[in-house]
Amino acid sequence: MAVTANKRADQVVYGVLLALAVAVPALNLGVGESSALHVSTYTMTLVGKYLCYALLALSVDLVWGFGGILSLGHGAFFALGGYAMGMHLMRQIGTRGVYGNAELPDFMVFLNWKELPWTWYGFDSFPFAMLMVVLVPGLLAFVFGWFAFRSRVTGVYLSIITQALTYALLLAFFRNEMGFGGNNGLTDFKDILGYDLQADSTRATLFVLSVLALAGGYAGCRALIDSKFGRVLVAVRDAENRARFIGYRVENYKLWAWTFSAMLAGVAGALYVPQVGIINPGEFSPLNSIELVIWVAVGGRGTLYGALLGAFVVNFAKTFFTGALPELWLFVLGAVFVLVTLLIPQGIAGYFNREARA
Amino acid sequence: MNAPRTPVSAPTWWDEFTTAGSSPNTAAARLHQGNILYIENVTVSFDGFRALNELTLYIETGELRCIIGPNGAGKSTMMDVITGKTRPDRGQAWFGSQLNLLKMSEPEIAEAGIGRKFQKPTVFEHLPVFTNLELAMRAPKGVWRSLVARLSGEARDRIEEILVLVGLAEQRDMRAGALSHGQKQWLEIGMLLMQEPQLLLIDEPVAGMTHQETERTAELLVALAGQRSVVVVEHDMEFVRSIAKRVTVLHEGSVLAEGSMAQVQDDPRVRQVYLGA
Repeated sequence: MAVTANKRADQVVYGVLLALAVAVPALNLGVGESSALHVSTYTMTLVGKYLCYALLALSVDLVWGFGGILSLGHGAFFALGGYAMGMHLMRQIGTRGVYGNAELPDFMVFLNWKELPWTWYGFDSFPFAMLMVVLVPGLLAFVFGWFAFRSRVTGVYLSIITQALTYALLLAFFRNEMGFGGNNGLTDFKDILGYDLQADSTRATLFVLSVLALAGGYAGCRALIDSKFGRVLVAVRDAENRARFIGYRVENYKLWAWTFSAMLAGVAGALYVPQVGIINPGEFSPLNSIELVIWVAVGGRGTLYGALLGAFVVNFAKTFFTGALPELWLFVLGAVFVLVTLLIPQGIAGYFNREARA
Repeated sequence: MNAPRTPVSAPTWWDEFTTAGSSPNTAAARLHQGNILYIENVTVSFDGFRALNELTLYIETGELRCIIGPNGAGKSTMMDVITGKTRPDRGQAWFGSQLNLLKMSEPEIAEAGIGRKFQKPTVFEHLPVFTNLELAMRAPKGVWRSLVARLSGEARDRIEEILVLVGLAEQRDMRAGALSHGQKQWLEIGMLLMQEPQLLLIDEPVAGMTHQETERTAELLVALAGQRSVVVVEHDMEFVRSIAKRVTVLHEGSVLAEGSMAQVQDDPRVRQVYLGA
């Protein structure tokens, strides 16, 4: 039965995440650099990045794999969460910037701005910034979804609009006048809540937080999918009209799944930014959003764990290829996508477990 | 009639009929209930083409009515108007005497007690048969209620009951997508029944069915009428003859003839446009 297969997979997911959360920081902080067991800070940060990607992939799987909404713009929600975190980190720099201005980030001083734009109000407060991490992507998704789902825009048309959404944001964030650092984005962060961002201990903490966020997001999605809400969502995916005639307000189900998914993506972005040390408009690039759909397709949509698997597998491959054979990477990615679609349409997870897919 | 009538979402006057073993009191009331569906002078045009042309039709409570007509006669459009999918240019459509169908959304109409079966079987392919019925059950359908909903023992019994009625008890844990064509049709009828509708609209139920499946479907539909009103749109004349007491013939968007199968068949106009004899 599908349920028991999912239970087993869940145990593996939680087991692996627990092992990562314990082993990686311990081997980084507790084992000397000379030891063969030592995990470098670079590796830890790299895996931490993958964890954020995995959470992002999870959010896409929720709406695509279960709700049948193919988003080609989920990178936008990720980036918005990242910007919210980045803005807080910028405000934390204070007088340590190149221009030593306590009030304004460097790029504003450089642009000869005299005061902080209203969009930056409140971001010096950590709780406020964390609220914005989920609220801004959530609100954008809600407004977007409100119009799109109510107008019954579905399928490829919806995908195209999501793509347009992220592209529009890309263009907007490129502009200096927007006040988010233009094409350089936000970078040169110093510390978070007073802890040095370059310190191994801070990196280890961020790593553990990423694991926790992923585990929490996974548990949340699983609870959602196992509830009647999840069954209705799958029903909408399979036969939207039937669901409507049964009496479900299909647009509301889509809207809330979509909004929740965007919030998860926002959290992923917020954890990503302090680990990689930069957020710029490139994150809004439509290509990013397409790539992350490929992660989910490769891993296997409609299983939750498939999304995690796909994010890790594809990104490990990306790290390897962009290091070893950089010019080949895009071809490899394209080939993988084509092959997976042709040979194992349900992805890796679906191949190994035909029953588990909802 | 005998009870105060209330808005859509509240328990409605037909609830008492839908539960098995309704009291003699309500059964008597039903006899006097009259019509459950009123369609009056409904016109629908698509780009100048009149799919429905001043259509007037009444369905009695508890009746099993068959609607026949050549392609393009407006059968599906009529269903679309009743279920809120298409809004007519003119005319009236009432469910009972209190609910104006033209002012209600699709989910509201479904909630009020009109269930529709599509021509092509549409079930939730990746969900088990049992879950298909569970989702169709008459229950709060809101997002927040769904998040915390738990299946009560009573609901479980009701689902098992319907599983037996539509002959899918053995397939309860199978994915709906793995069912045969006929089984999907029955599952869909079962899903309609879970909604406890007062009026069932069924579009070509036996298309593509084997002979045995067709017979089984006829039995099922006859068994369903009485407690609820059933409207069947069908091309298969043999099938219509086997179940129908009253037949309505649609032609070019309005009613051409109405009566028993024999009466309708003898009608020269019907012979001309439809039976082709």
